[in-house]
Amino acid sequence: MNDWPLLSTIIFLPLLGALLLTLIRGQDKDVALAAKATALWVAMSTFLLTLVLWYAFDPRQEGFQFAESSVWIAESGIGYRVGVDGISLFFVVLASFLTVLCILASWRSVAKRVRDFMAAFLVLESLSLGAFLATDTVLFYLFFEGVLLPMFYIIGVWGGERRIYAAFKFFLYTLLGSLLMLLSILSLTWIGGTTSFSELMQTEFSPALQKILWLGFFASFAVKTPMWPFHTWLPDAHVEAPTAGSVMLAGLLLKMGGYGFLRFCLPILPDASQFYAPLVFVLSAIAVVYASLVALVQTDIKKLIAYSSVAHMGFVTAGLFADNAQALSGAVMQMISHGLVSAALFLCVGILYERAKTRDIGAFRAVVQPMPVYARLTMVFMLASIGLPGTSGFVGEILTLLGVFRASPATAWVLALGMILGAGYMLHLYRRVFFGASEAKPAALYDLHLRENVILTSLVLPVLWIGLYPMPFLRIVALPLAPILGAAAP
Amino acid sequence: MLAAIPLLPLFAALIVGLSSRRIGDALALFVTCLFMLVATVIALQLCFSVVVQDTEKTIVLAPWFSLGSFEVAWAMRIDTLSAVMMAVVCLVSTLVHIYSAGYMRGDASLPRFMAYLSLFTFFMLALVSADNLLQMFFGWEGVGLASYLLIGYWHHKESAARAGVKAFLVNRIGDFGFVLGICATYAMFDTLVFSEIFARVPEVLGREFSVFGWKIEAVTAICLLLFAGAMGKSAQLGLHIWLPDAMEGPTPVSALIHAATMVTAGVFMLCRMSGLFEYSEDALAIITCLGAATALFAATVAVVQNDLKRVIAYSTCSQLGYMILAVGLSAYGAAMFHLTTHAFFKALLFLAAGSLIHALSGEQDMRKMGGLRAMVPLTYLLFWVGVLALAGIPILSGFYSKDIIIEAAWTSHTIVGLFAFVLANLGVFLTACYSTRMLVMSFHHSPRFDEKVMTHVHEAPPVMSIPLLLLACGAIGSGFLLKEMFVGNGSEAFWGGSLFVEDYHTALLDAHHAPRWVKSLPLFLAVLGIAFGLLCYQIFTTLPARLARFFRPLYRFLCEQWYIDALYRLLFVKSAFALARLLWQGGDMKTIDAFGPDGFSAVVRWLGGRFRLLQSGYVYHYVFAVVTGVVLLGAFAVIRNL
Repeated sequence: MNDWPLLSTIIFLPLLGALLLTLIRGQDKDVALAAKATALWVAMSTFLLTLVLWYAFDPRQEGFQFAESSVWIAESGIGYRVGVDGISLFFVVLASFLTVLCILASWRSVAKRVRDFMAAFLVLESLSLGAFLATDTVLFYLFFEGVLLPMFYIIGVWGGERRIYAAFKFFLYTLLGSLLMLLSILSLTWIGGTTSFSELMQTEFSPALQKILWLGFFASFAVKTPMWPFHTWLPDAHVEAPTAGSVMLAGLLLKMGGYGFLRFCLPILPDASQFYAPLVFVLSAIAVVYASLVALVQTDIKKLIAYSSVAHMGFVTAGLFADNAQALSGAVMQMISHGLVSAALFLCVGILYERAKTRDIGAFRAVVQPMPVYARLTMVFMLASIGLPGTSGFVGEILTLLGVFRASPATAWVLALGMILGAGYMLHLYRRVFFGASEAKPAALYDLHLRENVILTSLVLPVLWIGLYPMPFLRIVALPLAPILGAAAP
Repeated sequence: MLAAIPLLPLFAALIVGLSSRRIGDALALFVTCLFMLVATVIALQLCFSVVVQDTEKTIVLAPWFSLGSFEVAWAMRIDTLSAVMMAVVCLVSTLVHIYSAGYMRGDASLPRFMAYLSLFTFFMLALVSADNLLQMFFGWEGVGLASYLLIGYWHHKESAARAGVKAFLVNRIGDFGFVLGICATYAMFDTLVFSEIFARVPEVLGREFSVFGWKIEAVTAICLLLFAGAMGKSAQLGLHIWLPDAMEGPTPVSALIHAATMVTAGVFMLCRMSGLFEYSEDALAIITCLGAATALFAATVAVVQNDLKRVIAYSTCSQLGYMILAVGLSAYGAAMFHLTTHAFFKALLFLAAGSLIHALSGEQDMRKMGGLRAMVPLTYLLFWVGVLALAGIPILSGFYSKDIIIEAAWTSHTIVGLFAFVLANLGVFLTACYSTRMLVMSFHHSPRFDEKVMTHVHEAPPVMSIPLLLLACGAIGSGFLLKEMFVGNGSEAFWGGSLFVEDYHTALLDAHHAPRWVKSLPLFLAVLGIAFGLLCYQIFTTLPARLARFFRPLYRFLCEQWYIDALYRLLFVKSAFALARLLWQGGDMKTIDAFGPDGFSAVVRWLGGRFRLLQSGYVYHYVFAVVTGVVLLGAFAVIRNL
C-alpha cells in the first residue's frame, strides 16, 4: 500500500468540489447547469474512490485500515485520526453512492438556487464521510455536529411549507442531544487521557462512571437514530425536506445514531451497555409497534415512510444491544439495507410528487396503469421494506431476530409483531395508491424516464444482491464486531 | 442438473417478466410452458430414480449465510418426500400453464400472468427442496408473494386488490409464528438444517422455554410456533379467512395455488419436520383437533355457499383439515397420500369449474347456472369424476386417501383420535352433500341464465380440455396406484428416511386392521350424502329453502361463515386503526410534542417574555438591582468570614 492518504482524499474531495462551485459565475441558467455537472462529477469521483477503498480493503485484517494520524492540538492529545474498518466501510460506500443518486434525482426538481443546493449536498457528503471515518472522539464530534448545518440549510431553504418549524425542531432535538454527548466525550478525554478510539477501547472505566457517560451518548444517538420517544422530529423533517434531503436523512443521518452506539457505547462503555440493555429493548419494542401502528393511519406517503423508518430502527437498536454475533451483524445489515431501501422509497415518493404535486394518499388511484415500470420497482422496495426473504431487508431482520431471541425472547416476540404490522401499512399503502379502478386517466402521470429508471434500478441491484448472497458483506462486517461481543466485565 | 428443476421456472419468469409487453403473448406462453415441461420431465425422472434407487442426498448450490455457528446454504435436499412434492408441483403447474393458454386468451397482460405463474412455481420448488428452515421460509414467503400478485392480478377490481392484501396479511400472521419458530429452533438447536436438527433432538428434550414468565417445553413450543405458520398457509380454522377471498384471482390460479400446491405447503412442512413433531405429544394432539375442526367447519360452510368457486375453496379448506389431522395422528404417509390425490382431483374440479365459468362468460353464481349438462358434456363428465373422487367413492382416488386417514383416527385409540374420527366422518357426509349440490345446481334442471349468455355457451377448446383429461386420469388412478407405496406395506421402504415415526405411534400401521364397520362407515356416509344431495336438489327442489327457513339462525350462522370474519374485523382491524389514531394524535402530537420540543419552545418564549419585563429602561430600576446585589454580596462575604 502506498502512502497516498486515500481516506482524507475521500473526505475532502466533495468539500473541494463545493468550494469550486462557489466560483461559478454567469447567467443563472448556465450556473445551474455547470453546478449540477460539477457536483455530479465530484460525487461520481468520490464514489469511485470509495469503491477503490472497498476493493483495497483487507477483510481479514483487524483494526482500522488506511489509518492516518497527526497531532492537532498537542496539549490535549486531540488528533486528526481517520481510519476504516468493516463497520464503517459500507456506510462510506453508501454515503458516496447516495450522494450521486441525490444529485441525479434533483436534476430537475430543484429550481431555485441550484448552485447552493449542490454545494450543500457536497458539504453534507464530506461531513458524513468524515463522521464515519473519524477515529478520534473530538474529530468525530465535529463532523457529527457539522452534518446538522447543511441539513438544516437544505430543509430550511428548499423545504415545503412548514420548513422553518421542521428545521428548527430537527435542529433543537439533535443539538440538545449532542450537547450531552459533548460532555461525555470531554469526560472520556479527561479521564481516559486520550481521544483515539483504539486507545479508548483499551481503557477501562469504572462501571459507575460508565453509566453516567453512557447516558450522555445515549441522548445524542437516541435522538439521531431515532428511538421512541425522541422520534417526533423525523416525520416533520422528512415531510418538509426536499426529496434528496429525505434520502440523505433516512439513508445516512439516521445511521449515524446506530453507528455511534457501535463506536462509543458498546466497545468503550461495555458494562453500562449491558446494564442499560433492558431499557433499550423496551424502547425498541415500543418503537416497532408504536411507529408501525402510527404509520398505518398516515395520509401523507412521506410521513408513512418516515414512521416506517422509526420502526426499522427499532430492530437496529434492539439488535445492537443483544450482545451476540447474529444480532450485531443483523443490526448493521439492517442499517445498510434500510439505507438503500428507505432512500429508494423516498425517491419513489419524490417521483410521484414531481408529477402530481401532492403526496396525499387519497389523491392517487390506479397509478399502476399509467406507470407500470414505476409500480414494479416500487413493489421491489416495498417488499424489501417488509423484509421479504431474498431482499436485503430480510437479511437484517432475520439475523436480528435470531440474535435478539437468544438475548430476550420477549423482545423478539414484539419485534416479530412488526413483521405483520409492517406488511400491513405497506400493502395498505400500495393497494390504495397503485390499484383500483381508474375512472379518468390521472393527469400528468407518465412512466419513468431514463434518468429515474437508472436511479431506481441501481438501487434494486444491491437490495437483491444483499438479499440473495450477503456473504461478501457479512464477512467484512462480522470481523470488527467480534471484539465488541462479551466486552462487558463478567 | 437437478438444480434446473427450480431454476427453469425462475428463468422463464425472468425472461417473460422483464420483457413484459414486448415479448408478445405467443412467445410468453411458449417460453413458460416449454421451461415448465422440461422441469417436469426432470422432476419425474428424479422421482422415479429416488424411489427405485433410494438415493438420498443434499446438493449445496451456494452459501447464503455464514456467521459464526450460523450456517445456512442454498441447497436441495433430495429424498422421497421432496421428490414426490416436486413431481406433483411440476406436473400440476405444467397442466395449469397449458390450461391458462386457453383460459386467459386475450387478456391484456398475459405475459405478466404467465411470469407470475412460473415465479410461483419457482418459489414452491425452492420451498419443497429446501434442506433448512430458512430456505423453506424463503420459498414460503415467496409463494405468498406470488399468491398476492395473482389474487390481485386483475388489480383494477377493488375486491381483488383487497383480497390479495388480506391473503398476504393473514399469511403473515402465521409467518409470525414461523419466524419465531425458526428463532426458537436456532436458540435451542444451534442450527437450522433439518438433518442436524433431528440429530440433536435428544439433547433438547426436557428443556424449557419461558416467555413472559410462562414455562413451556421447548420442543412443544417450537412445534406449535411452526404449526402457526402451517395454519396460515394451509388455511386452518382461525387463519382460514383468506382462502375464500382468494377466489378473486383467475381460476387457473385457484387451481394451482389455492388447491393443489401452495396451500398444501403447511402439510408438507409438518411432514418435513416429522423428526421434531414426533417428540411432542401435546403439539400433535392440538394439530389433530384443529385439523378435525377445520375439516368439519369448512364442510358446513361449503354446504350453503352459492358461488361455485367459494364452494370449492371451502372444500379445499376442509380437505386440508383432513391432511393436517393425519399429521397429528403421525400418519404422515397418509397426509402426503391425500395431498397428492387431492392435488389431482381438486385441480380437476377447479379447472372444470373454470371451463364452466369460461363457457358462461364469467358467471360464478350457481343460482344463475343449471341445465348445462347437454351443452358442455365433456366438462360435465369431468366434473362428475372430480365430485366422486372428492366424495370418496371407490376406485377413485379420494376414497383411498381419505379412508386411510379416518381409519388411522380410529386406530390411534386416543380421545383426540376419537374426536377426530367423529368429526371427520361428519365431514365425509357433508362433503358428499355439497359436492352433489354443486353438481346438480350447475348442470341439472333448466338453464337459469339469460339468452345473451346462452348464445356464447361453448365447450372448452382442446388446450383447456386436454389438461383436464390428464388431471382426470390422475384423479381416477392415483389412489389405487400409489396406495401401496404411500401407506401400504411398502411405505416404510418408499419413504426411507424422509418421514420419521416413533415406534409407539402405530395408528397408520394398525389402520389396515381396523374393524370392518370403521372401514365401511365413510363409504356409507358418502353414499348417504350423495343421496341426500340428490334428494334435496334433484328431486324435492323446494326442500332446501324450507330447511333454510326452518333452521334460520343456523342457516345465517353458516352463511356468515360462523361470523369469524366479522369478529376479526371488529377485534383486530378496527381496533388496530383506532389504536393507531390514538397513538398518533394522542401520543405523538399531544404528549411527546406538546411536552417535548413544542413545550420547550413555549417555555423559552414565556421565560423570554418574563425577562423582557426586567429591561424596563428606568435607571432607578437598574440602580436598585445593582445596590441590592452589592448588599447581598457584602452580606455573604461577612457571613462567610464569621
